[in-house]
Amino acid sequence: MTSNSLVYLIALPLFGAAVLLLSGRRSDRWGHIFGTLMSAGSFAVGVSLFLKMLGNPTGERALTQKLFSWISVGSFQVDAGLLADQLSICFVLLITGVGTLIHVYSIAYMSHDLDRRRFFAYLNFFIAAMLLLVLGDSYLNLYVGWEGVGLASYLLIGFWNQKPTYATAAKKAFVANRVGDMGLSLAIMIAFATLGTVSFQGVKEHASQASTGSLTAIGIMLLVAATGKSAQFPLQAWLGDAMAGPTPVSALIHAATMVTAGVYLITRSNFIFDLAPTAQLAVAIIGAITLLFGAIIGMAKDDIKKALAASTMSQIGYMVLGAGLGPAGYAFAIMHLLTHGFFKAGMFLGAGSVMHGMNDEVNMRRYGGLRKFMPITFATFGLGYLAIIGVPPFAGFYSKDKIIEVAFNAGGVKGIALGTAALLGAMITAFYMTRVVILTFAGSKRWDDKAHPHESPFLMWAPMVLLALGSVASGFFFTHGNSLRNWLAPVVEATPSHEGELLSPAVVSILALVLVAIGVGYAIIKYLLNEVPQVAPADVTVFTKAARKDLLQDNFNEAVFMRPGQSLTRGLQVADTKLIDGAVHGIARLAIGSGNLLRKTQTGFVRSYAMWILAGAIALVATIWVVTL
Amino acid sequence: MNMLTSLMLLPLIGALLISALPTTKSLLAKQMTLGTTLLVAIGVIVMAIRFDTSKTDLQFVETHSWIPTFGINYSVGVDGIALVLIILSALLAPIVVLAGWNESSGGRWSAKTFYILVLVLETMIIGVFSANDLFLFYVFFEAMLIPVYFLIGGYGTGQRNAAAVKFLIYSLLGGLLMLASIIALYVLSGEQSGHTFNINTLSQLQMSSTTQNLLFLGFFIAFAIKAPLWPLHTWLPDAAQSATPGTSVLLLGILDKVGTFGMIRYCLTLFPEASKTFTPLILVLAVISIIYGAFLAIGQKDLKRLIAFTSISHFGFITMGIFAMTSQGHSGATLYMFNHGFSTAALFIVGGWMMSRRGSSKISDFGGLQRVTPVMAWSFFIAGMSSLALPGLSSFVSEFLVLVGTYTRYPVAAIIGTFGIVLAALYILIPVQRALHGPTMPGNEALSDLNLREKIAIAPVIAIIIALGFYPSPLLNIINPASTHTITQAGFTDPLAQIDPKAGK
Repeated sequence: MTSNSLVYLIALPLFGAAVLLLSGRRSDRWGHIFGTLMSAGSFAVGVSLFLKMLGNPTGERALTQKLFSWISVGSFQVDAGLLADQLSICFVLLITGVGTLIHVYSIAYMSHDLDRRRFFAYLNFFIAAMLLLVLGDSYLNLYVGWEGVGLASYLLIGFWNQKPTYATAAKKAFVANRVGDMGLSLAIMIAFATLGTVSFQGVKEHASQASTGSLTAIGIMLLVAATGKSAQFPLQAWLGDAMAGPTPVSALIHAATMVTAGVYLITRSNFIFDLAPTAQLAVAIIGAITLLFGAIIGMAKDDIKKALAASTMSQIGYMVLGAGLGPAGYAFAIMHLLTHGFFKAGMFLGAGSVMHGMNDEVNMRRYGGLRKFMPITFATFGLGYLAIIGVPPFAGFYSKDKIIEVAFNAGGVKGIALGTAALLGAMITAFYMTRVVILTFAGSKRWDDKAHPHESPFLMWAPMVLLALGSVASGFFFTHGNSLRNWLAPVVEATPSHEGELLSPAVVSILALVLVAIGVGYAIIKYLLNEVPQVAPADVTVFTKAARKDLLQDNFNEAVFMRPGQSLTRGLQVADTKLIDGAVHGIARLAIGSGNLLRKTQTGFVRSYAMWILAGAIALVATIWVVTL
Repeated sequence: MNMLTSLMLLPLIGALLISALPTTKSLLAKQMTLGTTLLVAIGVIVMAIRFDTSKTDLQFVETHSWIPTFGINYSVGVDGIALVLIILSALLAPIVVLAGWNESSGGRWSAKTFYILVLVLETMIIGVFSANDLFLFYVFFEAMLIPVYFLIGGYGTGQRNAAAVKFLIYSLLGGLLMLASIIALYVLSGEQSGHTFNINTLSQLQMSSTTQNLLFLGFFIAFAIKAPLWPLHTWLPDAAQSATPGTSVLLLGILDKVGTFGMIRYCLTLFPEASKTFTPLILVLAVISIIYGAFLAIGQKDLKRLIAFTSISHFGFITMGIFAMTSQGHSGATLYMFNHGFSTAALFIVGGWMMSRRGSSKISDFGGLQRVTPVMAWSFFIAGMSSLALPGLSSFVSEFLVLVGTYTRYPVAAIIGTFGIVLAALYILIPVQRALHGPTMPGNEALSDLNLREKIAIAPVIAIIIALGFYPSPLLNIINPASTHTITQAGFTDPLAQIDPKAGK
């Protein structure tokens, strides 16, 4: 069905960003309210569209809107078209819903910042770009949103770019994302060369006629794109540094929405991955690696935001794993994405609330015992915590256990390996999240007297409370009567493979709970029953040292890409001046033969050059005349 | 009178009037130049509206016998590709004048002379794109060097003489090779159909493949110097470093396009077989230019040289698109020429303001400008985003068309070229970080932000960059018929998609 209101979803926040950026300081006084209203307006449109879709029969729910012909050259035809189907609308509600809550939170959180208006302009811009990403009806439209959110992320990570390290973090994120974007670019090119179209509808219709080789190539390139945007191995190094951005940004962009775009891309492209098993397996493996990778890093981080960032990486690893399990897993990947959107955004806002009360201190070794001073923050953070470690009946229990279960049932060695990784991840998650909660809220105080911890204002805790409600109830809501799965079925064609079930849901849940209990117990012993030093101990194992340094991902990138790249740049510079330009100068000297003559021509008197040109022109006419005699 | 001829005469008349002014009236000279270039811009827009996009042959054609003894005609006319480049030139000219309002003051000669040179140059630019007679083209092609030479050597900074001479010698060398080819064509035409410089007639000539290859090279090398292709590029960074920002815009934004335009109009049309023969070699050079230019740009410490090297990378993309011989590659390359004109103009114009305020072109002398001069910083940032082809901005459309058009025929070249988009992020974001971010460098605290004149100059550039990113159709509609026509003439059709959409499985 066509709908004329899809464009307003994007237009409202885009208009907000434009107004806030162009009006400059004039809108300082009302900019934050205006920005929040634009985001809320977009949410309202989203809800009304969702209700409209609910009212339609299953087969006719997808809404489309063609705006104009964007690029049309030969057979390359791309419309500026929007598509809100069952998959996109989930994202629309998440982006605008959580987005609006974070706008509200930021009104208070950024109230002392001179550039609050600019912050809201960027947030609005992000919402618009992210909506375009999930609403574009072709890969090329998605690409515009895809790089648009990258730009928003760059601007927001570097929001305080007066500080050089923050500016560097922003640049790093953009470049890492661009490596991924290269994958997306190539995927689109291959799709066009193979299928003659880049629209989702067209690719879906014709994919079955393409060779497996081409589909695998497209799939792998899409995976590259996803690893960049979603901070998956091996392009994950930027996410930790991205915590340089203000905390609401970490909650919205680097936890709930943008970093999950890779999962959207893979799920959206199910019609490719389902026909390219190799690419699909690669997706699952990358997910499994990253979920462990992130979890291990999370165990060693003392910076609360970096611990949460590592956790995000790991949780997205779960989603990517789910999406890599094909039709059996897509719906659960999306479910985990949505529940994670609630609980992780909530916890990030909680971290922001803690920082707000602690003079922007981020080192958890300098926290301790904060639950008495920040009861609401503690309660909402705690609910998010229960959700992420997967305690029933909180949200994560439903979504994560389902992914573990589907992984085990994927069959053969593959199933056992992926399932074990996912299960291990659950245990580590329980450990590091318990560690975060204990270090921050339990135990004795480890801060000095300069800090005066206090609960945050209403505008900050209200969004946290709403997100905590989501952490509690969303899992049940999505699973009840298989609601989310049935809802998404027309897009991802979920066909549960119950043949050869290795582990039943009950067994998986019990196994997971036992491992979670072990993880929690170990963290309690280590951090609650033992004294926590204010400075991180130095006499730790090699593994802890590696985990503290993000498992040496930066060192690897530096050694393999950065330094050789810098040497190449320097080498080429020398070559350019000495070899190429040198050769030119050499030839010039040789041709003219006499240094004397060279000096004469280089007198700098422009008149003599003019004479040369005139002489040339005369020579031309003369030559032609001679030739035609 | 024909529109093209009138548009060429208009700047000349302006130049004549200005030359009658006393030297002291430099403000009046500026105003008259601005007025003239605006009139030309309006005229070109009218022409673009009257252009019939359903035709593939030349429009606004006018032919007069010029030197009948040699079969030389004054013959002009434009197809979509030429028209787009004329639009580019006509729009950029007033912007350059307004942006570099005080650019002429530090020169060897008066401001009056500066503006006469600019106006004469504009005439020649319109001429070189609309010439439909090989001799006429050559005259414009060579004569263009004169005003540029004086603009660099007379009004530039630093080693301006050396740079101007280097530019001139390179260009003359290329021109000489082309001249040899032109003469050969002329002689051949005399043997086969009667002496002529008419391009249509020349394209029908019978030649042995050796002859065709040699003559092709004569043209191609001249064009590869102009739109510098590796390894013929070393004059460009020197010229850009020494020229005033306005001259650099004219040089890199417009004049260098004569090279890539020439490849389409002359190399492909006159020597289709040789073009095929040399395509592999040229693609290699194009890909090297993309990567090499980008790496060199990353390493630059001087802002002007940096922009020059980004252009070398971009010219690699344009050349790749042209020789991919697909409609997407061709339309993309032509659109790229237009978009590159605007994004480079934005970089040079805003960069120029930054440099004149700071009194230095060293990137490390800036720092923290976002705090001090937010509007200027934002303008530079948007220009940079356009240069790295951010989706949503005009250059993305053209860059992607070039890549996808290349991929369908030469996937390897396209894949290597795609690495350029990562390098582009580096060569833009590194100077952005150094110049705009970080703490404010001592000495920069009191820099002034853009004034009203400067805002008026940069606003249309940014508006076009954004508008064409979302809605490139007006230009693509003009370009597409000409691109398809050129490819068909050269004996190519677009590769088909691998699957047959009709066949089921």
